[in-house]
This record gives sequence, C-alpha cells and structure tokens, in this order.
Amino acid sequence: MTVFGVPTQALFGQLLLGLINGSFYAMLSLGLAVIFGLLNVINFAHGAFYMVGAFVAWFLLQHLGISYWWSLILSPAIVGLLGIVIERTMLRHLYKLDHLYGLLLTFGLALIIEGLFRNEFGSSGQPYRIPDQLLGAQNLGFMFLPNYRGWVVAASLTVCLATWFMIEHTKLGAYLRAATENPSLVQAFGINVPRMITLTYGFGVALAAFAGVLAAPIYQVNPNMGSNLIIVVFAVVVIGGMGSIMGSIVTGFLLGVVEGLTKVFYPEASNTVIFVIMIVVLLLKPAGLFGKAQ
Amino acid sequence: MKKLMGSWLAGVALAALAATGAQAQMSDGAIKIGVLTDMSSLYTDLSGAGSVLAARLAVEDFGAAAKGMKVEIISADHQNKADVGSTTARSWYDVEKVDVIVDTPNSGVALAVNEVTREKNKVFLVSGAASSDLTGPKCSPNTVHWTYDTWALANGTGNAIVKTGGDSWFFLTADYAFGHALERDTEAVVTKNGGKVLGKVRHPLNNADFSSFLLQAQSSKAKIVGLANAGGDTTNAIKQAAEFGIVKGGQSLAGLLVFLTDVHGLGLQTAQGLIMTEAWYWDMTDANRAFAKRFAAANKGIHPTMIHAGVYSAVTHYLKAVEAVKSDADGKAVVEKMKATPTDDSLFGKGTIRKDGRKVHDMYLFEVKKPAESKGPWDYYKLRSTIPAAQAFRPMAEGNCPIAG
Repeated sequence: MTVFGVPTQALFGQLLLGLINGSFYAMLSLGLAVIFGLLNVINFAHGAFYMVGAFVAWFLLQHLGISYWWSLILSPAIVGLLGIVIERTMLRHLYKLDHLYGLLLTFGLALIIEGLFRNEFGSSGQPYRIPDQLLGAQNLGFMFLPNYRGWVVAASLTVCLATWFMIEHTKLGAYLRAATENPSLVQAFGINVPRMITLTYGFGVALAAFAGVLAAPIYQVNPNMGSNLIIVVFAVVVIGGMGSIMGSIVTGFLLGVVEGLTKVFYPEASNTVIFVIMIVVLLLKPAGLFGKAQ
Repeated sequence: MKKLMGSWLAGVALAALAATGAQAQMSDGAIKIGVLTDMSSLYTDLSGAGSVLAARLAVEDFGAAAKGMKVEIISADHQNKADVGSTTARSWYDVEKVDVIVDTPNSGVALAVNEVTREKNKVFLVSGAASSDLTGPKCSPNTVHWTYDTWALANGTGNAIVKTGGDSWFFLTADYAFGHALERDTEAVVTKNGGKVLGKVRHPLNNADFSSFLLQAQSSKAKIVGLANAGGDTTNAIKQAAEFGIVKGGQSLAGLLVFLTDVHGLGLQTAQGLIMTEAWYWDMTDANRAFAKRFAAANKGIHPTMIHAGVYSAVTHYLKAVEAVKSDADGKAVVEKMKATPTDDSLFGKGTIRKDGRKVHDMYLFEVKKPAESKGPWDYYKLRSTIPAAQAFRPMAEGNCPIAG
C-alpha cells in the first residue's frame, strides 16, 4: 500500500521520527512559554542554554566521569543556577520596560555564550556516547527504532506533561498563574513574588538544559546546536500562541511531524516548511493556534 | 497583543540573523591577502581561523619581510552565504585593496567569488571549496584550485568502493553547488564501473537531524550510502547512521568528503573503517609533522587539515610568483606566472598547475584506524593507496574549460 507514492510502512517510520524531533521543539517552546508567561521576557538565550546543558553533560562525563543519568539531573541544576544568576543581576531590571529590551539582552547573552564556546571548543563538536543501557534498537516491523530515541520521546512527554500539570493543577501553579495576572495582589497575600519569578526563570532554563542533555548523544555536542534550533522553536511559539502551556507542547510535537513528512515528500523544503506554516497561521489566526486574542 | 506578536516575530528574524557579524580588519599595504572563510558555522574547524594561521605561517616562512615585501593578511566570515561572500570580495578588492583571496570553503560562495575576482582581475586561490566546476565550465584565468575537488574525491573513494563490490548506491546530498557536484561526479564513477544509483535525497545545508533521510536510505536496500556533504553534516549523518544500525544492517557508509577534524569530532569508535580521499595528512613526512606541531601549538591543539596545508602551499607559491613578476597589480599575469612555474614547497612537494587552473599532485586513499591502532589524539589515518598525480584529477579535455585550449 502506498500514499502518494510512499509506502505506508515508511510513512509510519517518518511519523515516529517527526514525533522524536517534535519532542525537542516541545520541551524548548514549553520553557519559553513558561518564562514568557510569568516574566514577560522573550528569552532569546534559550538555545544557548540548551547548548550549555549539552556541554555540561559532556564535561561531567569527560572530565569527572559522571554518567549520563546523573547529568540528566546535574546539568539542568547547574544551568538553572546560571539562569538564576542572570535573572538576579540583569533581567530583573527590565521587567517594566518593553518586551524588546528583554529580547535584546538575551539575544546579546546568547551571542556571547555561543561565541565563547565556539572559541574554546571549535565547531566540529564533541562526541557523547549513548549510555550503555539504551544501546541497541527495536525492530517495529515498519522501522528500526533506536532505544535511545524511544527514551527521548518518553522522557520529553513526561517532563512536558508534569510541567503542564504543575502549572494548571497544583497550588504552586495557581500562585504562578495568579502572579501573572496581578503580582501586587498576590504579594499582598504574603507570597514572595520576586523569588517566584527568579525560580521560574531558573526552571525554564533548566528545561532547556535538560533537552540539551537528551540531545547530546544524538547530535554532536556543538556550540552551534542551539542557534540552529532556536529559529524553529521561536516559530513554534508564534504558531502555537504565546504563553499557552499546552499549546506550546502540542504545537511542538505537531510541527515535528509536519517537518518529518516534508522530509519524505519534498526534502529540499524541510527547513522552510515551518515558516510557511507560520505565515499561514498568522494570516488566518493572528493570535496563534492556541492563543487567546485580547 | 499585536505589539507582542511583533516582538516574537522580531525574535524569529533575529534568530535567522544570529551568529553573524563579518569582521573585516582594515589595513593598507603592498600585498594584501584576504582569507575569506567560515568563521562561525559548520566548516570553521576544517578551515576558519586555521586557514588564517596557515596563511600567516606561509608568509613567515617565505621570509617576505627580509625580501622587502610587505604582506598583510585580513580575514572575514562569509557565513556560508554567496551574497555575503561576493559583497565582501567586492569591498575587499575595491576599498581594502586586497590582491588575493584565499581558502573559501563552500562551493556556492567560491563560485560567486570566482566571478568577482575575474571581473576585478585579482587572484583567487581556492583550498576549501570542492566543486570541480571551478576548473570546468566556470574556470577562470584568475583562479587556481589548489587542494582537491569533487572529481578527485569521487575518483578516489568512489572507485575504491565500487571495485570492492559496492555497486549499488544511495546518496545523501547537501542541497547546494558542492553537494550537487560531488553527487554528479561520484555517480559518473559508479555508473562507469558498472554500478547503479538506486536513489538520492537532497538535505538542507547545516541539517541537524538525518534520521528521516537515513530511513529512506535504509529502505532503498542500496549497499552503499554515499554522503555527498561535509563538515558538521557529515559527522551528524555518520553518528546517526550508527544509531539506526545502518552498518549493522549490512549497508556501508561512504564519506565522500571527510576531514581530519571530522574524525576527531566523531571519535575513532564511530569513525573507524571509513575510507576517504585526501590530498595531505600531517603524519606522512617529517616536514608535515613539523608543520603540524607548529600549527597545533598556535591553534589550541587542533591539527591541520588538508585545507590548511593547501592554504599554506598556495600562498607560498603565490608569493614566489609575485616576487618574480615584481608586481601584484595584474592578477591574470600573476596567475600565468604561477602556472608557468613548477610548484615546490615543504608540504605538497613538487607539482604543477594546469592551464585550467587545476593544481596537480598525488592524492591519497586513507582508512580511519581502529581505536586500538591509534597511538593517541590525531593519530587517525592509515594509508591504503596513493593515486598518482596523473590519474588523481579530471583530464583537462573532459572539463569543458574554455581557457584550457
């Protein structure tokens, strides 16, 4: 059986691969959405933090012999801490200003961080092995699925849904959402809003680093890995609608699949298709697929 | 709300522009060498700052200062964009008084600079770019193609693989001038030797995820998956091919253009057994080893690739020609002198430059060592065979170069 000349079996394989790539888009756009929701900052340094996350994992393994599994926790913690320092010392002065100031500050930070890493480590990247427990692959009949890729989808889905649950269905999440609406009122109830903001930024950045650790064994650990991805992730946020948690998760996975299918039917367009979709969505639904027009 | 969306869109636009910033350093002088290269993206390690260093070493070793020749070197990042490359070349020639542009990885950019150089009657010494069109239909009296080209790669690696039974191919091709040329030249070698091409897929330059393409290669059942790409694209494809069990499933990878820095980035565990064609390897002669030692000391330990060696050798020969002509003003005359003089330097030994601009020397077929065979970092290749200069490059008559006569 074939669909437009492509065997259905191959098509299933490509759908699955799309989901895997989509899980990176989802994790990164989720972090952007969380940060934007509370801080009103368009965090351009997100791709750089993703890259730093991968590099920290590489460094831990290479120089300290710390395994992948510990890196999954340690690297986001370290990079999250870096994020907290940046929020405390720089970002917090910009909250009352236009969004563009936060965008420009984080853009500058991203360029500096990436430049420093490129200068130190070059552009060929560093190798990072797949952990032994996840070596090998499953034959699914329609495709050969490396165990590691299966793990990436599972880990990413778990983290995304847990984040969504925490924000939408827990007391802490309720505070966060309330602080988004009216920070001074929430503060009047005795909640330390500035600290909450700081921790939220740290959390969003840690999400990016977590995605970076997940990516390290698949792609070369490379100073450019973040800037290659961040363009797409920004488009994902625009398509999904800003600040919508579920919207950014669903859109991330969805666009991964669309991109995957493009790679089968017209590979030359695979790095532009997302921007075409972005234009169409903006024309038809300017607030994004899941955004609410105010 | 509208304003907000505007900010996000500004973000998308910024992202698209990110990692840019050409840094031309201004200066003024008698002989001015412009190293136009990739300083920020996937070809940085195999050319980039290393190429600037190689040019500097060449000028030092030539003893330009002692001979009373004033030589200056400037450099810029072409960002792998043909328009940025040709704009930089134009302003270098017109405003900065640059006399010669060297290196320029990325065939798309190199073909653009090739035209600007011809128009301005300057000199273009290509080490980084690969397209054999530079000495074919697009050949120019102002251009010398030094180190290697797609025809030589196809001829070396393609021949070796088809002759050992790899007779059905599937190509993963970088979708621009270089990838197309490499795919075309390799396909010609494969079919000439009785093999066939079962399919091909064109991927965007600087692509991170190759799984989709690898799956297509897998289902084609071709014996050989030919990688008609370079730099970061090749390393990512090789790494992910291992993950998807391409080699375990009985297919073999042919890295048609693999550099020493790529092998270093992949690690021997992943790269072992790859066969590739190169023009130069640091651990072949004492002179090469001495050069590599000097080079690595000034380049954070990164050893020179064949592109770096080519820049060194080309700049050396250029300076000799300028010294003989006693002027750098007429680019065509300098290149003519370069062609008339046999080449001879410590890295490439003796060689010649043909009328079509092709520098001719031996090429080598290498195999990447197993981890157990390697004595340490950068000890990566073992020699399989030497392709003599006379057979290493496309015969001039087959190139359709109008100036070959």
